[in-house]
Amino acid sequence: MITITVGLGTCGIAAGAQAVYDELLRQIDPQHIQLRKTSCNGHCYQEPIVEVFQDSKLKGVFYQVKPVDVATLLRTLLATKPSSSSRLGQEQRVVLENCGLIDPESISEYIDRGGYIALEKARTLSPMDVVTMIKESGLRGRGGAGFSTGLKWQFALNNPSSPKVVIANADEGDPGAFMDRAVLEGDPHRVIEGLLIAAHATGATSAYIYIRAEYPLAIKRLRHAIAEVSAAGKLGNVSLEIKEGAGAFVCGEETALMASMEGERGMPRFKPPFPAQSGLWGQPTTINNVETLAAIPWIVRHGAEAFSKLGTEKSRGTKVFSLAGKVKYPGLVEVEMGTSLRTMIEQLGGGTSSGSPIKAVQMGGPSGGCVPESLLDTALTYEDLQATGAIMGSGGVIVMDQATCMIDIAKYFLNFIQNESCGKCTFCRIGTKRMFEILTRITQGKGDLSDIDELLDLSTQISKASLCQLGKTAANPVLTTLQYFKEEYLEHIVEKKCRAHVCKALIRYNIKSELCTGCTLCAKRCPVSCIQGAPKGCHIIDESCCTKCGVCLSVCRFGAVTVSTGVVS
Amino acid sequence: MTPSWSNLATELLQRFGDETRYAIPILQAIQTEQGYIPIPLLEAIASKAHHLQANQLYGVATFYSQFTFTPKGVHTIKVCMGTACFVKGAEHIVDAFKSALSIEVGETTVDGSFTLQTVACLGCCSLAPAVMIDGHVFGQVTPERVKELLKTKGFGL
Ligand SMILES: Cc1cc2nc3c(=O)[nH]c(=O)nc-3n(C[C@H](O)[C@H](O)[C@H](O)COP(=O)(O)O)c2cc1C
Ligand code: SF4
Ligand code: SF4
Ligand code: SF4
Ligand code: FES
Repeated sequence: MITITVGLGTCGIAAGAQAVYDELLRQIDPQHIQLRKTSCNGHCYQEPIVEVFQDSKLKGVFYQVKPVDVATLLRTLLATKPSSSSRLGQEQRVVLENCGLIDPESISEYIDRGGYIALEKARTLSPMDVVTMIKESGLRGRGGAGFSTGLKWQFALNNPSSPKVVIANADEGDPGAFMDRAVLEGDPHRVIEGLLIAAHATGATSAYIYIRAEYPLAIKRLRHAIAEVSAAGKLGNVSLEIKEGAGAFVCGEETALMASMEGERGMPRFKPPFPAQSGLWGQPTTINNVETLAAIPWIVRHGAEAFSKLGTEKSRGTKVFSLAGKVKYPGLVEVEMGTSLRTMIEQLGGGTSSGSPIKAVQMGGPSGGCVPESLLDTALTYEDLQATGAIMGSGGVIVMDQATCMIDIAKYFLNFIQNESCGKCTFCRIGTKRMFEILTRITQGKGDLSDIDELLDLSTQISKASLCQLGKTAANPVLTTLQYFKEEYLEHIVEKKCRAHVCKALIRYNIKSELCTGCTLCAKRCPVSCIQGAPKGCHIIDESCCTKCGVCLSVCRFGAVTVSTGVVS
Repeated sequence: MTPSWSNLATELLQRFGDETRYAIPILQAIQTEQGYIPIPLLEAIASKAHHLQANQLYGVATFYSQFTFTPKGVHTIKVCMGTACFVKGAEHIVDAFKSALSIEVGETTVDGSFTLQTVACLGCCSLAPAVMIDGHVFGQVTPERVKELLKTKGFGL
């Protein structure tokens, strides 16, 4: 029997996988070929991906398939060899072990791959034994703070009041991280199983999955999975519900998340009391990130030791990273902790998409920082990353090349933060806005050398006077870029120069008369029609109305368009 | 108060319940069904409810970016401005939509067909820059592809 699978995650669908699936469905002979849906396997750069199995053995992989390729694909089905260039061999998959392999809408496929065995096993153990096992595994929270999961569960278990609550945090707010989405879309039962084990271990009877509204497909598949697990009678005495977020980054913070579930504005509050003491509606509550929960079934099935053998002494196990930005092979990779950042980006990620050298890597989202190329040998552990000024965060990794301006990136994050600040603390609310304004001035060439001291001063004040981590870490993107890329700040301020050619106020487009052939292409494509010139004659850009969109530079085939920056001498 | 708001308020309170914790689900239902949050409807709910007050509903609605107080267009375009999309030139995509539709971010075209928004991340960072139109995600969008996307028929998941 031949089976063909198509990866239908949000990324696959966005790349056109649904049309490929539909075309396959139209052309195959169901007598001989079985067509199945799976989800994202993490190799997003190859989407749409079609895989061919014969008697459950992988026989061929087709990348970047288009509907027109389907006929040829079916003809050569078994003649192609499975691609060996796949980076899967270099990965260590725990959390992602099923992603891309099973149909996320089928509980039986999950069960066939060992699903729900861990839940049954956990339920034969006492809650304290499960807590001990998780503690011994060394698992630390994957949502950002890296707190020991076993210890967190123990606090909730030790709290005598009831009823208790467990919550899966699927808010995935870091703009640029997508591992939680991929797991929820590709293997939703794993998260549910982890959550039910957490409920057993802490004695909770209500379970919630708090998920951001921007993930409609994940919500759809979760709903389906909840119906399946409930019909299979596996919920026991636990009620399980989805709560949809309403679009606020700060709601990923656990106390804000609970406020939002209670129907309030999602504003963080002071801790203690910690959620385990008094959480949702005052009940003892355990909140874990999706990836943390997704690791639980594996640990229970294979034992604490198998997990703690992976990784380093203080950072055990594996971690999923989402590679994006200017990286050649964007997607998800799951590696043992302790792997170097360089290995992950250069070997698994293929280096930069442009081929130009890596300038920096942003890790940890808005609370994180930029790690310069010179520190790429840093090991991927909580401690080593923190020493660079960045953080592990949720595992979002944005690769930047020479065409990325570091001040522009710092400005981007401060804009994000000042938008998303809940407004409770004055310094976070107004201080971040002031930092954003200063950075904007610098990118416009209106900066002053005193701005750097002002930025440093504000950073300290905001961090001291903010209640939650959003404010406390708000300055990190500025602090790390100032630490590693100070000369770029100085260039912007003193020389009015943006070496990455990003800051529009500091660059100028010109046409070199000796190279221009007068082909008229740039004039035709310029969106604001500010290029003049007769056919076969030299073209000229009217700088007064040029919007610096860069179209002329990208279309000219003769290299006649140039960009310049800095004070003209 | 138009009678329809009053009836709708009663129906929503019956469907979800008269408790603070249902504020967001109620607002989400209103946003989906009406396309925006009509203030008179919030007032109608508050006048009938015991545990939901107008100021609380308004406070919640203004806090979360999902809620809007003006009617949205038939199609909603969400251009991703997450980090991955940003470094891959998402600003140029926003500019292209702005000039193709002659509106600013947050506005709706005069004919009511498109609303333009930006969002923080669609989870499709590997296909940056990404755009979501009515729940359907498009990857590797270029400024040139913008016009073609606007002509696409049959959006939706
Ligand atoms: C501003 C802010 C945003 C956060 N966003 C998320 C998020 O999107 N997802 C998440 O799991 N944790 C997020 N966290 C961390 C949570 O507060 C919490 O520590 C985490 O969900 C605990 O789960 P873990 O122990 O399994 O990591 C955020 C924290 C802050 C301060
Ligand atoms: S630090 Fe910022 S986000 Fe956190 S509570 Fe204060 S104002 Fe709100
Ligand atoms: S596209 Fe290049 S060669 Fe052609 S007119 Fe423009 S500048 Fe000259
Ligand atoms: S940069 Fe854009 S606006 Fe300026 S001349 Fe070139 S195409 Fe026209
Ligand atoms: S940053 Fe745009 S989809 Fe994630």
